[in-house]
Amino acid sequence: MSFLTQRLRFLPWLPAYMAVYFLFLYLPILLLPVFSFNDAATTTFPLTGFTTKWYASLAGNTAMLEAARNSLVVGVCVALLSTVLGICAARAITRYRFRGQKAAAGLIMSPLFLPEIIVAVSLLMIVLAIGLELSLITVILGQTVFCVPYAMSVLVSGFEGFDRSLEEASYDLGETAFGTFRRVTLPVVAPAIVSSLLVTFTISLDEFILAFFLAGTSPTLPLYIWGQLRFPAKLPAVLALGTIMIVLSIVMLTLAETLRRRAERRTRMASAPPQEA
Amino acid sequence: MTDRTMIRIDAVSKFYGIYKALDAVSLTIGEGEFFSLLGPSGCGKTTLLRSIAGFETPTSGEIHIDGVPSVMLPPNRRPTNMVFQSYAIFPHLDVAENVAYGLKRLRLSREDEARRVGDALEQVRLAGLGKRQAHELSGGQRQRVALARALVMRPKVLLLDEPLSALDKKLREEMQVELRQLQKAVGITFILVTHDQYEALALSDRIAVMFGGKIAQVATPKEIYQHPRTRKVADFLGGMNFLSGRILGEQAGTVSVDAARFGAVNLGKPPGFTAADGRVTLGIRPERLRLLWDDERAPHELSGRLENRAYFGEVTHLSVGVEGLEAPLSMVETNSYGADDLPIGAEIRLAYDPDAFVLLAEDPPVSRV
Repeated sequence: MSFLTQRLRFLPWLPAYMAVYFLFLYLPILLLPVFSFNDAATTTFPLTGFTTKWYASLAGNTAMLEAARNSLVVGVCVALLSTVLGICAARAITRYRFRGQKAAAGLIMSPLFLPEIIVAVSLLMIVLAIGLELSLITVILGQTVFCVPYAMSVLVSGFEGFDRSLEEASYDLGETAFGTFRRVTLPVVAPAIVSSLLVTFTISLDEFILAFFLAGTSPTLPLYIWGQLRFPAKLPAVLALGTIMIVLSIVMLTLAETLRRRAERRTRMASAPPQEA
Repeated sequence: MTDRTMIRIDAVSKFYGIYKALDAVSLTIGEGEFFSLLGPSGCGKTTLLRSIAGFETPTSGEIHIDGVPSVMLPPNRRPTNMVFQSYAIFPHLDVAENVAYGLKRLRLSREDEARRVGDALEQVRLAGLGKRQAHELSGGQRQRVALARALVMRPKVLLLDEPLSALDKKLREEMQVELRQLQKAVGITFILVTHDQYEALALSDRIAVMFGGKIAQVATPKEIYQHPRTRKVADFLGGMNFLSGRILGEQAGTVSVDAARFGAVNLGKPPGFTAADGRVTLGIRPERLRLLWDDERAPHELSGRLENRAYFGEVTHLSVGVEGLEAPLSMVETNSYGADDLPIGAEIRLAYDPDAFVLLAEDPPVSRV
């Protein structure tokens, strides 16, 4: 046991701090499902009784279903686009050495650090300047810019350990370039790709600011929720919708992380012995 | 091993920008020969191997593989297969699928394929492990899978890129023996890249020692160890005591040299020998010096003082200061008689054989641009 870990055990307030931290982080989110099953239109304690009527009301809500369909279309397109672009970027970053490589990687990652609202406003200005009509397509383009860095980070960790000699071994054993891609490259990095698709889909599903600026007349789910908040009576239904979205997000992100780790293990394993130049 | 040439390398050079990785290398390797490329990191040995495999295209020169000019052929169309340093086991496939990888393109019948995979696994003593996943294998087993995967293709030449460097010492020594037996059994040409001189000496029919993108010497293990041509070759292949000597006279095939305290010695003249200023470098291996105990006498002996010793289990390395010599002499003694207990500073006598000296040529200057 190291010096540091030994010391940590003697900090008595650490468990208390952790409890407060997690409470603050997760209690509000836990309240969401609680009130979504509560048989009252107000979100106050005490709870009045159990009901699933808010969930049932969602099924007949055509505006909500329309928004959900929009979100699905946007999410799938964004996931595909940003993952394809992310594959190109990640491969360039992990596989080749070129002038300006660090700068290029930094620029691709920069949307993560720029204030999202500024990115949204500038995208809106450009879209209007070139005369594009605001629609789901503009949302897809905007969110793709925003999702490529996430896709790239996930993919880089999957590609990083990808031992180049795996592809060389395949050529050496008589396989063609295309056959090598199909039989070696793709299967080895597939988990990282699926993980990237899931992560970017989830981000797109929850994304509000870009969609708010770029969506025009066809709202995505977060925009629909935003619109509903003006009507207090509809709050429980929104909470029900929010609960569903949270569960969906958690499931997909867990799956994505599991796959990412598997990809990492695979590629690490393949290049386990130390390299000598 | 036959006398037929399997690989002929003609003046192969490889530049990376202005960096000269290979400098007009020429070499022939016979059918069924176990050939090693030995040298330090960056000497070009791996580049040469990868040029034979087809992963590097030489900037100039030609490589004939079994009579076929091959520099323009891609790796998948050469009769060579490679065992990679990292083994490059396909992580998403099990052992049998890894071995069968290259066979898939041959479209064999299911039985033929299974038989060849089975035979190959048996050859590397992995029979019964076909269903193992790649990550369940030990380092030694991965190495065997890589060997089986290459040999199952029935290549004319097997290329091995530092295949044993990732294994621990004990396993490495076992695998050396097996590799040699395997080569004898399959009878094809093996070309091994290594920076471990003992590995090269133990395994090879012939060794090429490389420095700075050039081949310094090609010879059998015994020849290259006992008669290294240059100082660097001598040094790379093991311990060596270097002395400077003065030429006393030159005959047809021999030179007589005044070897300082060792007296006058007659030495074989290496090819192309010249000594402009009459000064030459001589070498004698540490194990050719022998400690004399008690009253033991030898026809050629020298006395000195023990300056240092290092214990290596079965042997002790001694460092002996001799008056009139620039550097202390290294010698190796087995520990049967108590060399490991000699006190530092002890006056000792040692015996040498004047025929054990070698005359070393100057190394050519290294220029990589």
